Amino acid sequence: MSETNSAVSQVADPADPGVVVHLRKPPVVTASAVGTAPPRTPSASDTVTVTIDGRQVQAKAGEWIIDAADQAGVYIPRFCYHPRMKPVGMCRMCLVEVEGPRGSTLMPACFNPVSDGMTLHTRSPKALKAQEGVLEFLLVNHPLDCPVCDKGGECPLQDQTLTYGPGETRFVEEKRHWDKPIAISELVYLDRERCIQCGRCVRFADEVAGDALIDFAERGDRTEVAVFPDSPYSSYFSGNVVQICPVGALTSKPYRFKARPWDLEQVETTCTSCAVGCRTVVQATQGQVTRLIGVDSDPVNWGWLCDKGRFSYPDASDAGRVSVPMIREGDELVESTWAEAIAKAASGISAALRFGGGSSVGVIGGARLTNEDAYVWSKFARVALGTDNVDAQLGDGLPAQTVLGLPRATIDQAAAAPLVITVGSDVKDELPVLYIRLRHAVLEGATQLVELNTTPTGLSPYAADTARYKPGELAALAVAITSKSEPTGPVAGVDASTIASIRGHISRAGREAGPSGPAVVVLIARPSLAENDEQVATAARILAEIPGVAFLSGLRRGNIHGALDMGMAPGILPGRVALDTARSYYEHHWAAELPAEAGLDTSGMLVDAARGHIGALVLLGSDPLVDFPDADGALRGLVGARFVVAVDTHLNESVRRADVVLPAAPWSQRRGTFTNLEGRVSWLGQVTSPGSAWPEWMIAVELAARLGVDLGYESPEGIWAEIEKLSPLHRGVTHEVLSGPYGRDGVVVPVGASGHSTAAVRPLDPMADPGISSAERHKVAASSLSYGRAGAGSSSAMKPAQPRTAQAPASDSGPDAQVEPATPPLVGLPPVPVPSPSKPAGSAVGGALTLVTRRKMWDGGTAVQSSTYLSGLAPPPVLVANPAELAALGVAEGEKVTVSSAKGSLTVAASADAGVARGIAVIAWNLPGGRVGELIDAGDRLNFVSVEPGGDK
Amino acid sequence: MARLNPDNLAHAEELIALYPHRRSALIPILHVLQEQDGYLSEDGMAHVAELVGLEPVEVRGTASFYDMFHFEPVGRYLVAVCTNIACMLQGAYRLLEHAEETLGVAPGGTTADGMFTLEDAECLALCGNAPCVTVNWRFFGDLDPPEFDKLVEDLRSGRLDGEVPAHGTLSRVRRRHALTAGGSAGSASDQAALPNAIQPESDTPESQGPDLPAPGTHLDLSTRRSTTATAVVDAKHLESPK
Ligand code: SF4
Ligand code: SF4
Ligand code: FES
Ligand code: FES
Repeated sequence: MSETNSAVSQVADPADPGVVVHLRKPPVVTASAVGTAPPRTPSASDTVTVTIDGRQVQAKAGEWIIDAADQAGVYIPRFCYHPRMKPVGMCRMCLVEVEGPRGSTLMPACFNPVSDGMTLHTRSPKALKAQEGVLEFLLVNHPLDCPVCDKGGECPLQDQTLTYGPGETRFVEEKRHWDKPIAISELVYLDRERCIQCGRCVRFADEVAGDALIDFAERGDRTEVAVFPDSPYSSYFSGNVVQICPVGALTSKPYRFKARPWDLEQVETTCTSCAVGCRTVVQATQGQVTRLIGVDSDPVNWGWLCDKGRFSYPDASDAGRVSVPMIREGDELVESTWAEAIAKAASGISAALRFGGGSSVGVIGGARLTNEDAYVWSKFARVALGTDNVDAQLGDGLPAQTVLGLPRATIDQAAAAPLVITVGSDVKDELPVLYIRLRHAVLEGATQLVELNTTPTGLSPYAADTARYKPGELAALAVAITSKSEPTGPVAGVDASTIASIRGHISRAGREAGPSGPAVVVLIARPSLAENDEQVATAARILAEIPGVAFLSGLRRGNIHGALDMGMAPGILPGRVALDTARSYYEHHWAAELPAEAGLDTSGMLVDAARGHIGALVLLGSDPLVDFPDADGALRGLVGARFVVAVDTHLNESVRRADVVLPAAPWSQRRGTFTNLEGRVSWLGQVTSPGSAWPEWMIAVELAARLGVDLGYESPEGIWAEIEKLSPLHRGVTHEVLSGPYGRDGVVVPVGASGHSTAAVRPLDPMADPGISSAERHKVAASSLSYGRAGAGSSSAMKPAQPRTAQAPASDSGPDAQVEPATPPLVGLPPVPVPSPSKPAGSAVGGALTLVTRRKMWDGGTAVQSSTYLSGLAPPPVLVANPAELAALGVAEGEKVTVSSAKGSLTVAASADAGVARGIAVIAWNLPGGRVGELIDAGDRLNFVSVEPGGDK
Repeated sequence: MARLNPDNLAHAEELIALYPHRRSALIPILHVLQEQDGYLSEDGMAHVAELVGLEPVEVRGTASFYDMFHFEPVGRYLVAVCTNIACMLQGAYRLLEHAEETLGVAPGGTTADGMFTLEDAECLALCGNAPCVTVNWRFFGDLDPPEFDKLVEDLRSGRLDGEVPAHGTLSRVRRRHALTAGGSAGSASDQAALPNAIQPESDTPESQGPDLPAPGTHLDLSTRRSTTATAVVDAKHLESPK
């Protein structure tokens, strides 16, 4: 009887996997479940003693046997188990012998928790026989394609068969046959003969990414992973299933047959495709990047990558790749040499400086730079160009002071905060792996989500409350949800009950907040590129009054946060300090005079250029024609600038208009550091040689030299040493820290502000992510910090002949404490902006719709369009509107419409979405075949469009 | 054939209301879809996916686990010949070969006139009357080749329309009640309005003509509620001397 009872209670145990429910919708979270530790994270007191193979070890109560064994250094073979997914106990490879009162039993170690006093054997005759049996069984239908299989050499099935397999099979019958391989998406191939039905891919698609577009079909020996007919596995995260498949059943189109694992050179680095900064290893052969594998960084990406990050690596076959310097001869750009191109660039810039001084030059861009590059360019602009006209953003982001001044949260803090409020961004499209983290946190019940957005996003299904406010009225909504008094009627188009509910969430969060960590985390991003940044900046400032609030910046472009921290914004200097408070500090340390006033942002520079006031413009890895939210304004600016220098990896539309093009080393070809949206600094490794391209810092040093200024830098390490010394933000983040145990997880600056993790760093796990182990075995250099090989331009050759300025930093001379100005304070909370009445709301003529535009992952940008594999993934542009809106226009789904504004017009197909409010027209930003930027006037607060049936009016 | 028709859609919503999670109604709704079309079409599965909040591939993945769901159109009569052990010993293979000849199709095939789809099946649970077949899941036992031909003839001529419902009709009894305790059940129409009203014992049977089910018409078929009862009733047909 008592045995029955204990069996029953075990089933009812929350730790029992039998009752794990895979929720697709956010669970209703009771107050008591919020803010407490996740269910299976035991406190220090829940330690149990387990005997594994005769050795007593301590384990956390409730931990899976396989995890406890890993901790104890005992390896148990496995296929279906993945540390970042819920276990299913599907493959039975992990059977171990567990002693019990009625004799020993075989139990899957991934699916049974440890209990106190448990005795288990992983290598007993019974366990070994079970492991052999399982492997023999798994191989029954396996084709043994190893010699022609991408996985060969790094395959868990190969490796574990060698170690644990019987070496023989009794199966003499015909194996099952399938067509091989079949494409299940544009990027992924499936070979069903090789599949061992571990379910990792299927579980990932549903549980982790929320795109359950693949599933098992049929049963028994006919079981196959399948897609629904005409519904490919088009997920933003499809590459992860290739990464975690423990056999060669899933392969990626870009990597297929490109290399054998043992030929790959590899280095650990950070993905710079967006501001999340996922940790990854980049692998190359014969000087070409072939593959990226996600690294499990606990505070950031948990091993996952999005497909844009994974597959948009630079490739020599990229369309429009710049690898040699070019100069303009008449209408054409012709190949040149570094010496000639640099000389030409420098003379164009000095001509502009002679005529118009520092205010007549400007630098646009910088988000693709490393922190070191950005620091050098920031200094180069102020010291050598004498200008503060620098902006890493392209009029498509947020005011720099808003991003830099708001209190920051980490991703982990957001995932544990009682409330997350997303403003503006579609995180799934713009910061994809952050979407995975936030979705996970909501589904686990660790946080609740409130969405303030004009249109539905990828996170909408997980939001507890959604405020679909009227475009342009975000600030009013922010006031309504934070003010002391309940609203009496609808605000900004949001009904009073929704607002009351959101207010309830905010006060609940305040009550439930833990002693450390924010109560509310706001992810703040630009709601639409057809609306200026005034509303969102105001709203951010208002939301900053919520007690216990912290922010995550939703700026998406690569190292934009590093660039801003390094002063690549008007009025900001390196170290997140303001020009006016830090001027004397940097004048002292840089031994140069700095611009007297804050300069222009990108919008201002383009306007000035269009008026003929800009003599020289540097495009620093930027494409204003495509990215500035006003294509016409950008074009007039580029045409109006007398001399344009472009520093870039690809010939984008703006670069094609430059007078001099200087090839910059792409991501895989340079070293340095990166700062993600949390302010997390991590080290970037270099795996391929830069060829004839230079890293941006080197280009700045060389240009400065021609302008008569010796910046004196020779390596990213030297630059970092100076940053660490001078920047108040980066104090203490030395090379040693970055290359030490925290290198993988990075360090959030300023150190101590968000209490960076001191948890043990997860080791690379080749069974979780096959292929990753070779990164350890075949590392390019012993330490990614050693800069043994210089690129084409060796730094010594780049020393200017006659340096004009004195020795740059005062560091080596030991600065006199009396003379040295005090360290400037970090940029503080921005002031509450006063709405500028001068900005027109844009003219809404009768029947006009408010234009809303945001980015899609697959777009017309260079990263996607230059890649053979990705360019086709961008969807065609469509106008999405409420069905009633289309009905009123007399337009059917899929029909062509002409969308016009004062600036221009566009013909696109119409599509109905009931989730979009009336009065709004949504067109995704920058898609091939229809650039909505051509309709936008950046000077307007909002942009309106009229829609007419029929094409090409 | 495609999405659920309005009647079946309403029925699907009733089924969904019986469970705490929409997806729990998946299999019952798939039966409704199969009753409608005789098989599960892609559009139909996509429609069911929308209804229960799954992806279409998950619906197909679940359905394809079961042999009794069909993914290609089937004939008006789905004839399954048991080839499992009891029937095999009683001449199932001879019967199957004969069926192939009579119908002119191999197992899995459908006759050109769309009347018959032939299948071979595992044990149909009528071993006592081996060899046996089911037609649209109604039992016919103790068959030899001439009796099989007579069965085919009866089906063709419509003589068995009262016995054999349209293809896809698994059950003549539609469940409209949740199985947990609840209020008392009223008439069938009350129960539709009160989906949580419970009385498993008073499941209201619905009549099934030879055509598509006509929800709302009621007929007491309680004698056929158990498999055995149904088998006995249906097999009786064969006991009449030929
Ligand atoms: S395709 Fe790979 S990951 Fe998916 S079930 Fe098969 S073996 Fe597992
Ligand atoms: S989410 Fe961003 S950082 Fe992560 S893989 Fe994708 S592009 Fe790279
Ligand atoms: S059953 Fe444990 S690893 Fe597969
Ligand atoms: S063996 Fe044919 S019905 Fe059981």
